Amino acid sequence: MEQTVETADPGVELHNVVAALSTVPVAHAKGIAFDSDMSVNDPVAATVDEPTPEQLLFAVAERRDRAAFTILFRHFAPRLKAYLMRLGAEAGAAEELAQEAMIMVWRRAETFDPAQASVGTWIFRIARNKRIDALRRERRPEFDPEDPCLQPDPAPAADGQVERGQSDERVRAALKTLPAEQAEVVRMAYFEDKAHGTIAEETELPLGTVKSRLRLAMGRLRKALREESLTL
Amino acid sequence: MIATRVPEEMLLAYATGALNEPLSLVVASHISLNPTSRAEVEAYEQVGGALLEDLEPAALSDDALERTLELIQLIPQDETSVAEQICAPVKPQPADGLALPSALRDYIGPDIEALEWKTVLRGVEEAEFSVGGDGARTRLMRIAPGAGAPRHTHGGMEVTLVLEGAYRDASGRYARGDVQVADDGVEHAPVAEEAGTCLCLVVSDAPIRLTGFFGRLLNPFIRH
Repeated sequence: MEQTVETADPGVELHNVVAALSTVPVAHAKGIAFDSDMSVNDPVAATVDEPTPEQLLFAVAERRDRAAFTILFRHFAPRLKAYLMRLGAEAGAAEELAQEAMIMVWRRAETFDPAQASVGTWIFRIARNKRIDALRRERRPEFDPEDPCLQPDPAPAADGQVERGQSDERVRAALKTLPAEQAEVVRMAYFEDKAHGTIAEETELPLGTVKSRLRLAMGRLRKALREESLTL
Repeated sequence: MIATRVPEEMLLAYATGALNEPLSLVVASHISLNPTSRAEVEAYEQVGGALLEDLEPAALSDDALERTLELIQLIPQDETSVAEQICAPVKPQPADGLALPSALRDYIGPDIEALEWKTVLRGVEEAEFSVGGDGARTRLMRIAPGAGAPRHTHGGMEVTLVLEGAYRDASGRYARGDVQVADDGVEHAPVAEEAGTCLCLVVSDAPIRLTGFFGRLLNPFIRH
């Protein structure tokens, strides 16, 4: 597969903020000890100035690190607000909910497991559930990864799942390569709810067309995820 | 091969948060028992995370960060207990000895015998319980070995998840973790296998609460 060069990587913004807040002792976040003898060629050293979202969340979990939380907030809260507005919340309520979701991030940081989800996916779930809870006033039945009755995956991904954050990049790249009409139905599926319920009708597409576009798109995205677990 | 998994669109609607509460309960229980569907939901959630990342950020009020930092200041330091409560909730051992998904236990409690069971037919009992959202009927159905539910058609959609045992109808065999989605065009008469009692979670007559995008997509399952 070709290498995709990210030109407008929101991660850049993250890194800029990190540069401004270089006091975050990220290297400790994963229990990495500084060793002067090996710091130069140590691949880990390169990441010291550019903490990943995972490292930031670990810093929150382990040390209640407000600087790390600030970086996460600046990156995710405006996106959560945008997400909630897309789903029909008005600006004030969307901001309120985005803040509540970020407070949940602070409180539940310890439950984050990088083997199960990337930080972006984990925060998406929190915001989605918060919205169901607050705006629809429904409970959200969730499956519990610790459930003793959980049927284990007979073919778990090889080599311990590396970091989910990396496969996020693959999904984002795959999203960008979707034909426009497929990308459109994917966005409708995620961002359209009652408030925007008319959009589907407005497009006047036959149901079969919507369905097949969606299936094609989701199939391609799943394939992007599978390929990654094979190549890594 | 008959379909024994939740349809793709319903898994997607669960992952995006568009699915109503009774059907979400079916999906959450199903994915606990079916790793293929679970992986599919996780993939859709990952797409959600990627879409979130690519959204044009909406400007926050100037003091949004400040106010949030003030609020987290108020959270007691030792509130790691919240995480512990989530990780290791005090869940009583099931008194009925059944290995049921915890998403379902949250609704029905530790002992299904404590529910209000009604005999529908010889060998067939059901216990309805309350699930928020809309007026859909959500119930456990218990069919004795070899017994059969009455032949019926559906006034609307009916989604059945097998929790214990197995049943057969004209379309095929459904065992633990399998889901059958039927609309009112389907007439069926499920019969429990002789090997044991068959316990199912059944959601039926869900009013069409899914509007817009998923309403259109899921209607073929829901309404004839």
